[in-house]
Amino acid sequence: MELTVLVFLPAAAAVAIGLLPSSRERWARYVALGASLATLALSLWLFARFDRNAEGFQFVVDERWIDVGAFDLRYALGVDGLSLALVVLTTVLTTAAVLVSFSIDHRERLYYACLMVLATSVLGVFTALDALLFFLFWELELAPMYLLIAIWGSGRREYSATKFVLYTIAGSAFMLLGILVLAFGAETFDIRALTALTEEPDTIVPLRWVFLFLLIGFAVKLPVVPLHTWLPDAHSDAPTAVSVMLAGVLLKMGGYGIIRFCMGMLPEQAHDYAVWLAALAVVSILYGAFVTLRQTDMKRLIAYSSVSHMGVVLLGVSALGTTGLLGASYQMLAHGLITGMLFVMVGLMYDRTHTREIARLGGLARQMPLIATGLVFAGMASLGLPALAGFIAEVTVFLGTFQRYEAAVLAAIFGVVLSAGYILWLLQRVVFGPVRHEWDALTDQRHWWEHAVTAGLAAAIILLGVYPSLLMDLMEPALAAIVERLPA
Amino acid sequence: MRDYSLFVPEYIAAGAAIAIVAIELIWPRLRKDVLAYLMAAVSLGWLAASLAYLGRDPKEFMGVLVVDDFTTYFRALAAGIVFVTCLLSAQYLRRRTREASEYYGLLLTAGAGMSLMAAARELLTAYLALELLSFSLYILVGFFRRDLKSNEASLKYVLLGGFASAMLLYGISLLYGLTGNTTYDAVAEALANRSGDTDVAAIAAFVLIIAGLGFKVSAVPFHTWAPDAYTGAPVPITAFLSTASKAAGFALILRLFTNAFHTDPEEWRWLVAVVAALTIVFGNLVAIQQTNFRRLIAYSSIGQVGYMLVPVAALGYGDGEIAHAATAALLLHLTGYIISTLAAFSAFQAAYDRTGDDTIPGLRGLAETQPFLAMVITISLFSFAGLPVFAGFATKLFMFQASALPELMWLVGIAVAASFVSLYYYLMVMRQMYLFDPPEGASRFRVTPALWAAAAALMLGTIFVGAYPQPLFDAADGAASALFQEGAAPHQVRER
Repeated sequence: MELTVLVFLPAAAAVAIGLLPSSRERWARYVALGASLATLALSLWLFARFDRNAEGFQFVVDERWIDVGAFDLRYALGVDGLSLALVVLTTVLTTAAVLVSFSIDHRERLYYACLMVLATSVLGVFTALDALLFFLFWELELAPMYLLIAIWGSGRREYSATKFVLYTIAGSAFMLLGILVLAFGAETFDIRALTALTEEPDTIVPLRWVFLFLLIGFAVKLPVVPLHTWLPDAHSDAPTAVSVMLAGVLLKMGGYGIIRFCMGMLPEQAHDYAVWLAALAVVSILYGAFVTLRQTDMKRLIAYSSVSHMGVVLLGVSALGTTGLLGASYQMLAHGLITGMLFVMVGLMYDRTHTREIARLGGLARQMPLIATGLVFAGMASLGLPALAGFIAEVTVFLGTFQRYEAAVLAAIFGVVLSAGYILWLLQRVVFGPVRHEWDALTDQRHWWEHAVTAGLAAAIILLGVYPSLLMDLMEPALAAIVERLPA
Repeated sequence: MRDYSLFVPEYIAAGAAIAIVAIELIWPRLRKDVLAYLMAAVSLGWLAASLAYLGRDPKEFMGVLVVDDFTTYFRALAAGIVFVTCLLSAQYLRRRTREASEYYGLLLTAGAGMSLMAAARELLTAYLALELLSFSLYILVGFFRRDLKSNEASLKYVLLGGFASAMLLYGISLLYGLTGNTTYDAVAEALANRSGDTDVAAIAAFVLIIAGLGFKVSAVPFHTWAPDAYTGAPVPITAFLSTASKAAGFALILRLFTNAFHTDPEEWRWLVAVVAALTIVFGNLVAIQQTNFRRLIAYSSIGQVGYMLVPVAALGYGDGEIAHAATAALLLHLTGYIISTLAAFSAFQAAYDRTGDDTIPGLRGLAETQPFLAMVITISLFSFAGLPVFAGFATKLFMFQASALPELMWLVGIAVAASFVSLYYYLMVMRQMYLFDPPEGASRFRVTPALWAAAAALMLGTIFVGAYPQPLFDAADGAASALFQEGAAPHQVRER
């Protein structure tokens, strides 16, 4: 019941926003803010009530949904430690996204309605316990994302939005195929049953293909090189809040899918393909980092750095151990907050300067000290400064993977060195250096919502950096259950 | 047995069709939208009368018509479609004509024809019912006598329709020659026992019958009338054509193929599969180039017919159980398609009443001037494309799954691939509505309450069927069961 409310509260807010009269355009933001604060509160309440010692899923809702022919589908929601952590991440970032959207003053009702539907979609993905319900929530995100990028974006926004949709649809076509083949083979769509199969289901397509189908679907979203090319376009042309949602939570749907479906449901195949996953991860980390170095647009730079950082997630997964998975999951949370904050800071800067061209900026620490501080802080977190969230995540991943793939870890650590390079170079060119007087007239961050977002995200990043067991303990039983089924 | 009480819904429809002409003769000044709402009320009565037969034992009328749950299902659909079409027509017709009674009368007779097509258990009765629907539609398509495009559409429709009817009749007569009977049960039995030297005649009969019926549902290559008829007809009639006419065609096809032809599937199933593949590919590819909204819907509905022919092919390849599942899934998909189509047309009608422009660029900036209509159109197009949460996804998924026999995997593959292609041209419509500013001078406008309510209800229906198809599936499954319990020769397939 709690989860039903949690998932559909944003959708209800979207309907409410749609019913606002056009003379009350401004109210949309407050309805959205109210709804996202309510979901945040609800998710924290669930977080507090979650029994860390119990096994399996909690707060389960399980109702008959569709029983048609060969389909026995259930409306089933539930969370384990992994999904709960991601749910909290989603509600935090949704609130942040709503707050940074306050500067939007064009067609606000549609904008906030889309943002709210997006939140419902992501929350549904993280809580669904029925494979087809999962898929429905997965696809629900498409339409609002398309509109958000295409209407409120910048640059080649239509092109980017279409590219995003095409990539996602192509990926989810494979994913649906994989889900259907697997579920018909196992004769159940229940994720709990699918992750607890005692023998391999008899499917019409070999299971290793099913693994690849699912992997393609999730790898597009994560994204893994070479399926990443939609990401820089979508990010650079999306409005700030959408970049926050995209980098912060939508990419995590891919990581969550790999852990829950590829690892949880097909342990044998995961074991067989683990080396390839590690190789892909290293390619993503290094390729992403090298391409990042060459970027001249701030948002594109952060977007490519996401490719590199999500490679770390895949690396942790490929280690097939609890520590690796824990690191990968922690990296998803840390990256969500850190990159979210980076996009917020860049967005605030862009709102004022109207350029993301690094070459045109410089010395902004003088004109907008608060934004510059925020950017430096987020940048430090991104390059893995100890005591901040990213450090814990990366160290855990490397510790968990080193036993299995020494070379891969060494290569990945070189990726971290590169990330220090591109982040520091970015900061040097944008924040420091000689003052440019063309920006003298610009103001620093000054609205309450701007302060709230940056302070909130920074606090969360520090919290995750100094008190990792808060979430590690939460996620560990869920991940250990998955690792238990993996062949040694 | 002559049980005349079986046809109360048809009496209501036919009676109202005559009465409305009298009403207009007596009160010629009556506002034309009042006529429309009157007929909408009649179709609600018709719906209620149809549902009264639900769950009763099947009853035959002289061996040629039967009233069972399958008939009830299509009677209810017919009444629903006529109801929505009346609402769509109200303001549209009021503005354009001074004599509207024939229009509404013909709409009712067309609906009655559709019910009878579902009820027919005898070839000639089925043919007559089909002609009742067709003749009503010929006139309705050309209803605006002074409009050249409407005339052209009607003429084309009549000529090609006559040709198709001739083919159908020829096929029926060949079949009569083969089997010596025209009732479905007797045909099934005779087909099961016919000797091998009649293969050619049997194939010829099936080819001709499939061609004739293919015309009615506008399957490729018998589809050429559809795009012109869709663009030339009055807008509400386009909605009616793309829903009632197809539903009626599939009602006839389903009863015919599961009760008469099922004993001899080898001679026709390959043809249905080929026609389905052609229809899917052609309809979707040609839709890409369209610039007129109604033509786009015409071609996209041709593609939809292709999808619906996939389970019909599965009737021939699978056993009784699979045929039952395929029929139920087809009924579900058909209904979801009808709801989405009517939603799209309710919204389009409202926009067209304002702009008088039926091109796709004519919808420019609709999201600014009337966001509600833009949303309804978007949702119905997404449903056509089969995006999740909307009717099209769930119903297509069930339909393709029910048809996924080893012999038909290639066809299902084509259908799924085409669904992805179709998303492209639907997005082009969305693009005009959402990404462009409205043309100079366009301002926000209001939608009449009737159209608003129709569009809202149908849009919610589209989402409801997509998110929770269970109730509708149960109804469809009940209707399908009716086809599989009475057949005299239940899947006793002919020995080779």
